[in-house]
Amino acid sequence: MYEILSVRELAPKIKLFEVHAPEIAEKARPGQFIMVIINEKGERVPLTIAEYDAGKGTIAFAFNEVGKTTKQLGTLKEGDRVWNITGPLGNPSEIRNFGRVLCVAGGVMIAPMLLQIKALHETGNTVVAVVGARIKELLFFKEEIKALSHKFYVATDDGSEGYKSLEFLKDVLAEEKFDRCVAMGPVPMLKTVSEFTKPFGIPTVVTLMPVMVDGMGMCGVCRVSVGGKMKFGCVDGPEFDGHLVDYEELIKRQRMFLPEERLSSLLWELGGCGCGRK
Amino acid sequence: MAESKPKPKVRKQAVPIPKQPPEVRKHNFNEVALGYTEEQALEEANRCLQCPKPQCIRGCPVEIDISTFIRLLREGKYDEAIKKIKEKNSLPAICGRVCPQEEQCQKMCVLGKVGEPVSIGRLERFLADWERARGFTVPEKAPSTGKRVAIVGAGPAGLTAAADLAKLGHEVVIFEALHLAGGVLVYGIPEFRLPKSIVQAEVDYIKKLGVELKLGYLIGRTYTIPELLKKRGFDAVFIGTGAGLPQFLGIPGENLGGIYSANEFLIRVNLMKAYAFPEYDTPIRIGRHVAVIGGGNVAMDAARSALRLGAEQVCIVYRRSREEMPARKEEIENAEEEGIICKFLAAPTRFIGNEKGWVKQMECICMELGPPDESGRRRPVPVKGSEFLMDIDTAIIAIGRTPNPIIQSTTEGLAVTKWGTIVTDENGKTSLEGVYAGGDIVTGEATVISAMGAGKKAARAIHEYLMNKK
Repeated sequence: MYEILSVRELAPKIKLFEVHAPEIAEKARPGQFIMVIINEKGERVPLTIAEYDAGKGTIAFAFNEVGKTTKQLGTLKEGDRVWNITGPLGNPSEIRNFGRVLCVAGGVMIAPMLLQIKALHETGNTVVAVVGARIKELLFFKEEIKALSHKFYVATDDGSEGYKSLEFLKDVLAEEKFDRCVAMGPVPMLKTVSEFTKPFGIPTVVTLMPVMVDGMGMCGVCRVSVGGKMKFGCVDGPEFDGHLVDYEELIKRQRMFLPEERLSSLLWELGGCGCGRK
Repeated sequence: MAESKPKPKVRKQAVPIPKQPPEVRKHNFNEVALGYTEEQALEEANRCLQCPKPQCIRGCPVEIDISTFIRLLREGKYDEAIKKIKEKNSLPAICGRVCPQEEQCQKMCVLGKVGEPVSIGRLERFLADWERARGFTVPEKAPSTGKRVAIVGAGPAGLTAAADLAKLGHEVVIFEALHLAGGVLVYGIPEFRLPKSIVQAEVDYIKKLGVELKLGYLIGRTYTIPELLKKRGFDAVFIGTGAGLPQFLGIPGENLGGIYSANEFLIRVNLMKAYAFPEYDTPIRIGRHVAVIGGGNVAMDAARSALRLGAEQVCIVYRRSREEMPARKEEIENAEEEGIICKFLAAPTRFIGNEKGWVKQMECICMELGPPDESGRRRPVPVKGSEFLMDIDTAIIAIGRTPNPIIQSTTEGLAVTKWGTIVTDENGKTSLEGVYAGGDIVTGEATVISAMGAGKKAARAIHEYLMNKK
């Protein structure tokens, strides 16, 4: 059992949990993830580590309340416990002085991007950051990221704050030189960013969170095609060369269980699954 | 003189084990074989000839004194009989169900020469179930040695090594990467062949021996092997991480929706209980027509699970013929009784999807058998131009599993073969001092009982190592 030490609402339906997990905190590095199981009947959900503090023995992770499990997690309060957390999983990010790094984050993944930017900043990189969301209300960590960035941009799908869409990046890329691009967010965003950086030959690293079950290389449901080769998101990733990922296939694979996910989520909202359990 | 004694009348046929009828069981996940009643167990035990030099023991990978436990059973001393088994085997309820006895103890049974061998596995199961119904008694443990052993992986090898080491007085901690103990017993073998409550009961027994169980610890990530030895105060480590990585066919279309590795399919169904979705959160989608590729026990398990999840038709596609099928004969029979179709001498060449990225057809090619290959089985050779299409909604790829690489890649100096298995001597000792390994991680995919045998041997070697260490 892992105790929730604090709950922070980053934006509507986006929460950051700080949990007591000293063994994971000691080992965690930027880019890694954990598997969270809410209770005995729960599914295993991969979530990217957003903070860790070996001294305090804590880690933090953010989630968007979109599915049954994340909605259920959203009802938990400080002092509540989640049944199991396994980690840290996946390969840590490569963090060293690359030079100028373009960091693009969207949605809930802005949370782990802050951790990434902290590490890149500490190793002497010049960070140009872009944070994006569907609408301005869903943005968060703007000040924190801005403080660590040489330049800072905001983009929203509807243009309610900052640039409308990521189109402006084309101009940024044409005007400035970058040694690396790091992108974390929804798959269509990763695809767009990779398409934009490709003509400039900027090495682009994307964080993929495909559907996973065990998260340790056993099931293979997280398989992605990277440069025509089969890779597992959990053990070969979660970071991959953004210019080699087959995004169309990944988007289809992420939708595989959509009807079941919707059913599960709907039943949860209606007050349980009919088995007497809320 | 021996000849003057009246010859005992030998019953050639074994007492059959009651089973759920196929028409009923194909719709539920309850156990197929129901187990002997006391009367049936006694009747079967009485078939045993009590050979002066029992051959059966030689066929048992964990050296159970089979002839003695059968004698105790037929004398009605069930308590002593199960104790006799447990001297060597801490997981009898599991072995009685999933061991390939026909290849081991029962193969050696002299009755097998004139008729059917004694059903040793069924008798073992009877005794284990009898004991579990009454509650376990914990055997006496040796006084504490003050030594600490870390066991990596709570599968058959790890659980066996843990039990033996605990009985010898060592402090034992098992680190299991998944959220439940049992390894392949919980994620791989289905409920209808091995109820999870039985695995849990056997795990509880091992906990009663004083073994500590840490769930959700992926060794190699949470801690590494050198850290366990140097920082976490363990005197020895046993690695029993199994062969849990799926193999794929490497043919076009394999990443379409509806195509599962057998591991994914079985993990969803067994470990995550997707058959009880949405009560349990993890879903599974099955469709009407299911193809299972492969001919081993895992293929049988996947096919029979698919049927129970509501598939209309389940077809096993195997590239060799029935004779070469590696699955247990009993399991093939069970599957066919339930209505599963076996398509022999065929192999998939590609998957064809619909516009949503979901599989709709599988193209196969017919095979014929050529001369034997390295494995001694006749090599399947494709018949040119014999491609055909099968309409399917789901494909399950059950063509074998490979070793988990995480420990090997995070443990400097650990000798590994080119297949990724860990190199050990015959007692499980690896190239690193104080580090032992056994089970599928050493041999590649094999059986539950051979992993247990390896766990047992390694426990003995670890004990010796710890006792001789200053």
